[in-house]
Amino acid sequence: MDAPRDGACWAFIRGSFELFVYGWYPEPERWRVNLSFLLLVIAIFGVLKDNLPGKKYWLWFAVFFPFIAAWLLVGGFGLVPVGTQKIGGILLTIIVGVTGITFSLPLGILLALGRRSHLPVLRAVCVVFIEFIRGVPLITLLFVASTMLTYFLPPGSSFDLLMRVLIMVTIFAAAYIAEVVRGGLQGLSSGQYEAADALGLTYWKAHRLIILPQALKISIPGIVNTFIGLYKDSVLVLIIGMMDILGLGRARLNDPLWLGLAPELYLFIALFFFLCCFSMARYSLGLEKKLRTGHKQ
Amino acid sequence: MANEISDTPSAEATSVDSSDLIISIKEMHKWFDDFHVLKDINLDVRRGERIVICGPSGSGKSTLIRCINRLEQHQKGTIIVDGTELTQDLKNIEIIRSEVGMVFQQFNLFPHLTVLENVALAPIWVRKMPRAEAEENAMKYLERVKIPEQASKYPGQLSGGQQQRVAIARSLCMSPRIMLFDEPTSALDPEMIKEVLDVMIELAESGMTMLVVTHEMGFATAVAHRVIFMDGGEIIEENTPQEFFTNPEHDRTKLFLSQILHH
Repeated sequence: MDAPRDGACWAFIRGSFELFVYGWYPEPERWRVNLSFLLLVIAIFGVLKDNLPGKKYWLWFAVFFPFIAAWLLVGGFGLVPVGTQKIGGILLTIIVGVTGITFSLPLGILLALGRRSHLPVLRAVCVVFIEFIRGVPLITLLFVASTMLTYFLPPGSSFDLLMRVLIMVTIFAAAYIAEVVRGGLQGLSSGQYEAADALGLTYWKAHRLIILPQALKISIPGIVNTFIGLYKDSVLVLIIGMMDILGLGRARLNDPLWLGLAPELYLFIALFFFLCCFSMARYSLGLEKKLRTGHKQ
Repeated sequence: MANEISDTPSAEATSVDSSDLIISIKEMHKWFDDFHVLKDINLDVRRGERIVICGPSGSGKSTLIRCINRLEQHQKGTIIVDGTELTQDLKNIEIIRSEVGMVFQQFNLFPHLTVLENVALAPIWVRKMPRAEAEENAMKYLERVKIPEQASKYPGQLSGGQQQRVAIARSLCMSPRIMLFDEPTSALDPEMIKEVLDVMIELAESGMTMLVVTHEMGFATAVAHRVIFMDGGEIIEENTPQEFFTNPEHDRTKLFLSQILHH
């Protein structure tokens, strides 16, 4: 079985490729997955590319993209419904990663601002939330999502497992983002706050125009670091029985047809994650450089 | 539209108080925790008056002017600015802040925005002025402080004196009724002090109400109506610049003047 081989057997990957990408997503509906991937690329392009004409609309599209993709993938409202238990493989990995990244940033920023608020109750809520989530391993939160969360919901209501996982992954990343952004906020001189106040800007306008653009710039390395961690941690969903790319691959290894092809599998998976994470890292470096030359000080 | 907002407090002021007082501080105290920074401050400022505040470091002079636009909160007494009393009411604070310009020792320009964006920001977002109009207006003020050619640069590319002039333009752009200067030339290299003082003198000649914390005694003599000397959180002495410099009454004033004039 584990006899020495002369070369890699990529037929394994080629033969399983559709399974790895789509999970058990029904074949006639796979165009919806492909369309979602295409829209994702467009959304990312719109966010990352500078000086696009009509940049505002590109950004709005990116804001709505997660909801459009959710509709495309799950169906309803004119599309054939597809159960989320059919979602697996790279599709699942990307759903978890993209949802976590998209929603944890705004949530994390709000938590960071809340933690620095002058309102004692708001501050306490944010501190407890951040410290609790940071103090618990993600796997524990995923188990909570898969089992305990139903206890907190009204009896009889069912709440999709994938949805619960997405919420847990998002708040987990948000707690880390909040601390990274708080570091950025503390890096600003008090003079920036005072100048904004002295001009009569309200709290939200001062933060939107003066404070956050600078604080987020300082926080970029930490934010991207958190994103990369979150993206890779998405493989932990296999522990609660969801089949992401790693889970599916491992299951496939048990297929008598493909015995002994673990090296090919893990190389393929490693390459997939490396490409995603390395692109994020490169982009972050480029962004830092661009913002630095924009206004050296 | 800008005038609509700025006219309200002054209308109130004339009905409440017939005199031309624009700032009225009565029996004001401030503490930083246990430290009594400002003790029983009484100060009235008439419209168009120019006051220079001086005193040794730690005397509370910066804290005093920072109380006028609520960058610091006072704990006792009243401060009335242009007919509006400073209280916890956020609405009042915002009104007063949009009426009162402030220039800081460290300039505090926004480093991620260009000079033009720095100057046009508040009119656009506080006064709701259309962007094109605000930028045109901003250019006028940049011309007034003599650096229109720097409009598209970032603050980090300018010298200290240029940055401070941009900061003055940024405040003036809101058409304030009062300008507060918190040691505007203290962080500047000596050769840049004059360009900033020139702008301030020009502003004084235009009739602006000014409160200036500074040790520039030449400036005080040239433009101030009154010089106030503070020490230990109290106003020790106030007088016309001529009297203040040639004939100080108080021993502490004499000591302070001897220190700053003979270095």
